[in-house]
Amino acid sequence: MTNFVLPSYKEQSQEVKDRFDRIKERPVMLRVENLTKTFKAKNGPSVALNNVSFQTYRREFTSIIGPSGCGKSTMVRLLAGLESQDSGNIYINDKIITGPGIERGMVFQGYTLFPWLNVVENVMYGLLRKGETKTYAKNKATEWVRLIGLEQFEHSYPSQLSGGMKQRVAIARSLATHPEILLMDEPFGALDAQTRAKMQSYLLQIWKKVNISIVFITHDLDEAIYLSDRIIVLKANPGEIAEIIEVPVSRPRSPDQFLSPEFLATKKRLEELIHPRHEDKDDKLPLVKLTLVGDEVL
Amino acid sequence: MKKQSMFVIWKNLPPIQKRILFTLSFVLPILAWCIISYVPFVWHPMVQITEVGDVSFYKQDMLVQKEVFYRENERLVRQGLKPAKGEPANPIYLPAPHTVANSLVSSFETPPRRPGEPWLHESLMHSISIIFWGFFLSSIFGVPLGIICGTYKFFSNLIEPFIEYFRYLPAPVFGALAVAVLGINDGPKIAIIFIGTFFQQVLVIANTTRKLDSSLIEASQTLGAKRLTIVRTVVIPGILPDLYRDMRILLGWAWTYLIVAEVIGTSTGISWFINQQAKYRNFDQVFAAIIIIGIIGVVSDQIFAWIGRRMFHWETHNEKR
Ligand SMILES: Nc1ncnc2c1ncn2[C@@H]1O[C@H](COP(=O)(O)OP(=O)(O)O)[C@@H](O)[C@H]1O
Ligand SMILES: [Mg+2]
Repeated sequence: MTNFVLPSYKEQSQEVKDRFDRIKERPVMLRVENLTKTFKAKNGPSVALNNVSFQTYRREFTSIIGPSGCGKSTMVRLLAGLESQDSGNIYINDKIITGPGIERGMVFQGYTLFPWLNVVENVMYGLLRKGETKTYAKNKATEWVRLIGLEQFEHSYPSQLSGGMKQRVAIARSLATHPEILLMDEPFGALDAQTRAKMQSYLLQIWKKVNISIVFITHDLDEAIYLSDRIIVLKANPGEIAEIIEVPVSRPRSPDQFLSPEFLATKKRLEELIHPRHEDKDDKLPLVKLTLVGDEVL
Repeated sequence: MKKQSMFVIWKNLPPIQKRILFTLSFVLPILAWCIISYVPFVWHPMVQITEVGDVSFYKQDMLVQKEVFYRENERLVRQGLKPAKGEPANPIYLPAPHTVANSLVSSFETPPRRPGEPWLHESLMHSISIIFWGFFLSSIFGVPLGIICGTYKFFSNLIEPFIEYFRYLPAPVFGALAVAVLGINDGPKIAIIFIGTFFQQVLVIANTTRKLDSSLIEASQTLGAKRLTIVRTVVIPGILPDLYRDMRILLGWAWTYLIVAEVIGTSTGISWFINQQAKYRNFDQVFAAIIIIGIIGVVSDQIFAWIGRRMFHWETHNEKR
């Protein structure tokens, strides 16, 4: 095996530097200030988020990553206005948010399409709530369904769709009302690896076409690096920001970059943050020694 | 291919097997009934007199206990008198299938004993109308109230404790009260069906409403739905298939209250018919009436099930339900 030295994940090519400069010149889209949320649990209160602050810019793709139970879902639910914080504030375009609003769309991990509505009707839902006429909503929704490549399934019901298709419809449903920010809580978490990879490229394509900021929750390191401009790394107990990483991988992204030095360097850093070596209990397990004899493994 | 065991937990059976089993579930009990009725010595504890002989109290076609019959005949033979003749028979309260089958038709054609009394079909229609009004009135109030309780914790906490208490009171205990308030006609009967249905209905539907996946409500909120719009566009359509199933079960329960309701005040409907026929010892007619009630129940439920499958075709196919 050849040993090679990875560059630092902080080293950015000129192209990447320029991109971040451009991003930071844009207006701030989302600002989170000293956000704290505790849940009352049986054995005393548990701090899901402790004093978290960050901001994202217009059209920026931000991922939030962290070990399970570190407060990722809590964070995104607070951003969506589905929960209320103990203290701190969330601003969208400098306006404080107090509940759900259509300037924020959300895609959930579970499938939340309305099972009694077909694909087009699901996409129409938000438009109708906005007060659009039925005809307009239907035309718009049909356009969206075409954009996500499901025109043959226009009249299918969610129970007839695969997991990947359902999430595509869910994305279209959120985007149809033209939100300014799309919140996604492990949207591809339940999909198999192949579908997941397809959905990732898919999301990037849509993001290119639509003027929108994305906050994307995941616990998959590759997914976070592949998609994001910046990655917010949370640590658990209490949920706090460990580091905010500017992904040094150039755009447009392609799956070839998974093995590029910048990508691997970023991944190594994320690994260090999320699975600190001294805490890894698996290290203490005895190693199973495998010996190769001919083609067989003994 | 390996043949699969028929007894696998929750495994669906092939359609042919299903159909065979469906048929068997009706054929087997009928077969048992036929065996008991037509094969002598399986049961036949009676003797039907064909020739009276020298017994003074025998009449043609009279049913006599087997022991009595043989004891009498022994006595007659001993005394040199002419013994009676007879055939093994079942008691009058277990008529043979063919007599009941005959009665199924003839009961509709037999005019009532006394003028002014209802025919069988009139009795049946009366029963159905009692069920309909009781269930309908209960649903008008019970369904919305159940949905409201299931949607808002406030109403759940305000209303459900009392209803929970009330549903333990058996509906028939309100019979006398209902007659005092509503008179002796159909009013108290409908009231009994109402009381028997309403309280269960509110609780069952409230629970069904609470079982709705809350993430659907959250999804609608992020899409701009508020308050009543959420109830109208998510809660109601979301629970509709389960609500429909609940209603089918509740309607079945309403039928069980029918017999109680119908003997309150002046006896009416199918219960009156059955009691009347039992009084005249026309047990074939009693059986016919019972079978008709069953058929009405099963057929209407199957029709509702079929309508349900058409209305809620979008549901995930979950045959376990
Ligand atoms: N509704 C709730 N009630 C009580 N505790 C909760 C609730 N939601 C989340 N928590 C707790 O808050 C912490 C963060 O949860 P969550 O945001 O779901 O983590 P993640 O999505 O990163 O896996 C966990 O310890 C979890 O047990
Ligand atoms: Mg989560």
